[in-house]
Amino acid sequence: MTATFDHIRPSACPACNAAPAAEHLADLPKDAKLMLSLPAIHCAACISEVEKALSAVPGVRDARVNLTLRRAAVQAGPDVTAEMLCEALARAGHEAHELDPGVLATTTADRQGRDLLMRLAVAFFAMMNVMLLSVAVWAGAEGVTRDMMHWISAAIAIPAVIFAGRPFYASAWGALRVRRLNMDVPITLAIALAVGTSLYETIHSGEHAYFDAAIALCTFLLAGRYLDHRTRASARSAAQELAALEVPRALRITEAGEETVSVADLRVGDIVRVKPGGRIPVDGRVTQGQSEIDRSLMTGESLPAFAGEGSIVSAGEVNLTGPLTIIVTAAGQDTALHRIADLVAVAEAGRGNYTSLADQAAKLYAPGVHILSVVAAVGWYLYTQDLRIALNIAAAVLIITCPCALGLAVPAVTTAASGRLFRKGMLIKDGTALERLAEADTVVFDKTGTLTNGAPTPLALDALPGEAARVALALAQASAHPLSVSLARALTAGGTRPADVTELTEVPGYGMQGLWQGQIVRLGRAAWLGADATPDTASFLGLGDAPAIAIPFADTLREGAADLVAALGAQGKRVILISGDSRAAVTRFARTIGIAEVVAEALPQEKAALVADLTAQGAKVLMVGDGLNDTAALAGAHVSISPASALDAARSASDMVLMGKSLAPIADAIRTAVSARARIRENFTIATVYNILAVPLAVAGLCSPLIAALAMSTSSITVGLNALRLR
Amino acid sequence: MDVLGILIPVSLFLGAVGLGAFWWMLKKGQFDDPDGDANRILRDDYDDQPKS
Repeated sequence: MTATFDHIRPSACPACNAAPAAEHLADLPKDAKLMLSLPAIHCAACISEVEKALSAVPGVRDARVNLTLRRAAVQAGPDVTAEMLCEALARAGHEAHELDPGVLATTTADRQGRDLLMRLAVAFFAMMNVMLLSVAVWAGAEGVTRDMMHWISAAIAIPAVIFAGRPFYASAWGALRVRRLNMDVPITLAIALAVGTSLYETIHSGEHAYFDAAIALCTFLLAGRYLDHRTRASARSAAQELAALEVPRALRITEAGEETVSVADLRVGDIVRVKPGGRIPVDGRVTQGQSEIDRSLMTGESLPAFAGEGSIVSAGEVNLTGPLTIIVTAAGQDTALHRIADLVAVAEAGRGNYTSLADQAAKLYAPGVHILSVVAAVGWYLYTQDLRIALNIAAAVLIITCPCALGLAVPAVTTAASGRLFRKGMLIKDGTALERLAEADTVVFDKTGTLTNGAPTPLALDALPGEAARVALALAQASAHPLSVSLARALTAGGTRPADVTELTEVPGYGMQGLWQGQIVRLGRAAWLGADATPDTASFLGLGDAPAIAIPFADTLREGAADLVAALGAQGKRVILISGDSRAAVTRFARTIGIAEVVAEALPQEKAALVADLTAQGAKVLMVGDGLNDTAALAGAHVSISPASALDAARSASDMVLMGKSLAPIADAIRTAVSARARIRENFTIATVYNILAVPLAVAGLCSPLIAALAMSTSSITVGLNALRLR
Repeated sequence: MDVLGILIPVSLFLGAVGLGAFWWMLKKGQFDDPDGDANRILRDDYDDQPKS
């Protein structure tokens, strides 16, 4: 809304400003607006430090932190890049990532949220005033005074109900048009009947008017609706934030030179350059350069593969050592990455229709209420032959049974639960995900990048002779290859000093080479050094003509992984490990972490098929995975979780996303989900008990507006408080 | 009871003022960063970029 009202003034809401800023980004390169994600900030001191560190960067004109969204918006000159800001923050001790402001544009969801909040405010205002007037009537006002109170109530309540209740009318009309019943149909009917009969009663100086009940109904239901919306919107905006973390750019080589373009603009036949460390943006064929590529996100293989002229590479793979020039063979929708999306669509269709607890309740509830009120009305009409009394009774029954508490039961609990889990670093993307998580009895894990960090560390360094270790360190320090970086770090930590190696050169795709004491020394791939390749990830060190020494690497366990597997076992869940990696690597890993069931060398289709088989056997599968090869399985599982380091496609296919590095929140999430489901059931019970107590009164014609107001308020408040008890 | 003729409009007016204030706050984006606002007040350094 801010963006619509005043474009010029920078508002405090970065998301609101991001939209216009992004639109003008192309036209106004002079004044860039950068957005940063700050996942770790939490206090007043963090705000000061971050804003100070950002303002200290030359060229930055304004920096503003939003602690609620954990973002910073920076106004800066054209020569300031997001990387510079991230570096500055890293020096100040804060983790920061660049966000794509275009993806964070103000969405329709924001407008809907503000709209709902405004309706809620109007309904609340009207409810308070009408209740105040009603107190006079309940206290025993009679005759002209009572009529006046009723008229004033009508004047406030009728416009308020028409304005505030619009979401319900629209939804009920939508359902009726396709000949279905939803929760909004009895709501709309109750509001319409209550206002209608009350107006009639007021005109005829009747005793009972339900204006207060009608507007209270609107208020409580809107509160539930708003909570529900807020939970989903905050999850959605956080999910958008994750998507915005991957800024899709590519270096295109044209006759004029290199230019940075959006991946969306690449066409078949274009030539792109991928720097070492960069992610390959398209499917293509290598035309120049040699390097190693990391395919772990695509296939789960932990061993980097060689890429040289003529090698086929696909989008999503990471280039490790040398620069590659690639001719695009497929871009955008045609890439292998997008073909996996088709697999996902198939898997999603097989997931079946999950009926949420709220829907189950509504299915029982909506027809029951209508039948009950019609029966009561007909009964009274036959008994008294008075249509006015019969309609009054029908309205009273509808109001008393109206699902205030039912409408609050689920949103109140999910809001409380997802708020709790968000603070622990877990994002709930889907409203029914918690209910489904509570049902899960089988957990399927992917290996690389999920249970492990996806970053290898060297093993058996003690086995290296002292001289060899020193040479290895000297060679490793000169390379940016992940294996070398990790080897150098481990050796330095072990107290090794680098040997005096000269003429260091990197042979892209193969390894490092240098001169030490008159002989050529090399650190690199098995084939290059004439050694036999091992099934595990390994680097080879060759000193002169001596046989190459293997330095094996193993992936490290992700933080919290072992505890999580143990906790799941203790909860009696079946745990399965499935990976695209080699059998030896997977079995050894499964033994260390304690998983009995293992499926190795699985293709993406096989992963999805395994999940489908388990589901067919009646298991409720929780899938935890991060790679593209897991995407179909994630979409097909009963409920799915992916870590924040996962590819965008995997994250969007899963129901929940882990924001931090640790896997520990998964165990918490399962516990919270189980107790949330219990709370939702309790809330339904509470709401039903109130109905059972109040309905006989309404049917018997003893329900006064006072009783209706009391029943409605107390049941809503009890349900809300019960939700807050969630631990 | 004549006093009601004054009191009811007065109470409605006050309520409407509250509603208007809420609408104004919503429009001004005062609910955009509640955590940040709660923490900013505790900072030692002078806030030289107050929310405009």
